[in-house]
Amino acid sequence: MSTDQGDRHAKGAATSPNGSAASGGGVRGSQPSSLLLVGTLAVLSVVAGIAIVLVHGWAQPRIEAHRAAELRQAIEEVLGEPQRYETRWVVDGKLLDSLPAGVDSSAGRPVYAGYAADGHMVGYAVPGQKPGYQDVVKLIFGYDPADRKVIGMKVLESKETPGLGAKITSDSAFIHGFDGVVAPIDGVKHPAQGPHQVDMITGATISSTTVITIINQSLEAVGPALDGSHGGEGS
Amino acid sequence: MTDRTGREVFLRGVWEENPVLVQILGLCPTLAVTNSVDNAIAMALATAFVIVGSSALVSLVKDYIPSQVRMSGYILIIATFVTVVDLIMGAVAPSMSKALGAFVPLIVVNCMILGRAEAFASKNRLLPSILDATGTAAGFSIALLLMGSVREILGSGTFLGIQVMPHNWEPWVIMILPPGGFLTLGAILMGMSWWWQRGEKKDEAVKPRRWPHGVRAPEERRPEMVA
Repeated sequence: MSTDQGDRHAKGAATSPNGSAASGGGVRGSQPSSLLLVGTLAVLSVVAGIAIVLVHGWAQPRIEAHRAAELRQAIEEVLGEPQRYETRWVVDGKLLDSLPAGVDSSAGRPVYAGYAADGHMVGYAVPGQKPGYQDVVKLIFGYDPADRKVIGMKVLESKETPGLGAKITSDSAFIHGFDGVVAPIDGVKHPAQGPHQVDMITGATISSTTVITIINQSLEAVGPALDGSHGGEGS
Repeated sequence: MTDRTGREVFLRGVWEENPVLVQILGLCPTLAVTNSVDNAIAMALATAFVIVGSSALVSLVKDYIPSQVRMSGYILIIATFVTVVDLIMGAVAPSMSKALGAFVPLIVVNCMILGRAEAFASKNRLLPSILDATGTAAGFSIALLLMGSVREILGSGTFLGIQVMPHNWEPWVIMILPPGGFLTLGAILMGMSWWWQRGEKKDEAVKPRRWPHGVRAPEERRPEMVA
């Protein structure tokens, strides 16, 4: 920026109406009517509302597309790359193809049935969440009802302590410890023995236990509905 | 205020009245989201958009807003810009939006922004207001980048995700946790006041102090003490 350009700005500022500097900008003079005050804010609010609606209309489909892509990627990861998947709902312990009319989505739990290329069902991806050490831990895991086995686990969201609890999202030994483990899961100190056990992370007992508890509680809630459904060919 | 040149208006926000390092404003994002350099950059850009946009708009509409409701008006303008930034970030940079979380909506309450609207934009024309806001945004960005660099290098051993410390470096995990933010800010502010005081002492040294009769000035005494 050149200096003379700056000077011009300063001159412009110097000539601007600047009656009483102490009270800031605005319309001066006698007390304005309440109608004017309310009217000004109403006009501002309407303009602000329109601006937000316009941006929202442009941004919301993109935000939802990102969320859907993230979920799809997570489902494919925990089910071992199925060919396709379908959304199902577990409502009151029953597995349904779609959410019944009049039932709020918070009353049921979504599960995602994955199918291999030959049409047989590989298992269900089940999302679950629970408060961890710092904030809610959200994860999704693949479940094979035929063998009551966990196929894979992925943490979607967590704010656990960096370097300790955050290992639940990054420590591949911990994450892959869930591959093929049989529910209900039992967290142990190294080494894990038997089909029910997984190794917990040293120094991150609460975060590790949270992950295990989320899987166990989710399976308590939706497991019975899923267990009776295996072997189906899908629609 | 109005007799300053554009360059002065800009530079004052960058250094002399740096919002974080001198005015100690906007500390919530400064402490909360500077655990990595890219978080710091994202927050700096988002805040810069809001402060420049809202200062420009406040300067344009200042003559139409009765002074009794000016604060509500300014907050409304700032909140609109913040909502727009939040939506755009979610659409364009979802991972960044996830990393910054609630701190993007919280830009609304960054007093640095309302401060510029009330102290400068509401009394000045469009171009000086934009210059002032840009300078403040630049000063804010410098402070955030400084914090982010120190914390990421010490706390993760990386800079912008690239390993810069030797591989046997044990990261100081505390630096990317909240206490690390306070420690880093404290150290930077300490460095700043040392810098200012050092300047003041130099000024004093120009005028030699007159010592009472029979007392030698310290600089004359030193060689004897060494010997």
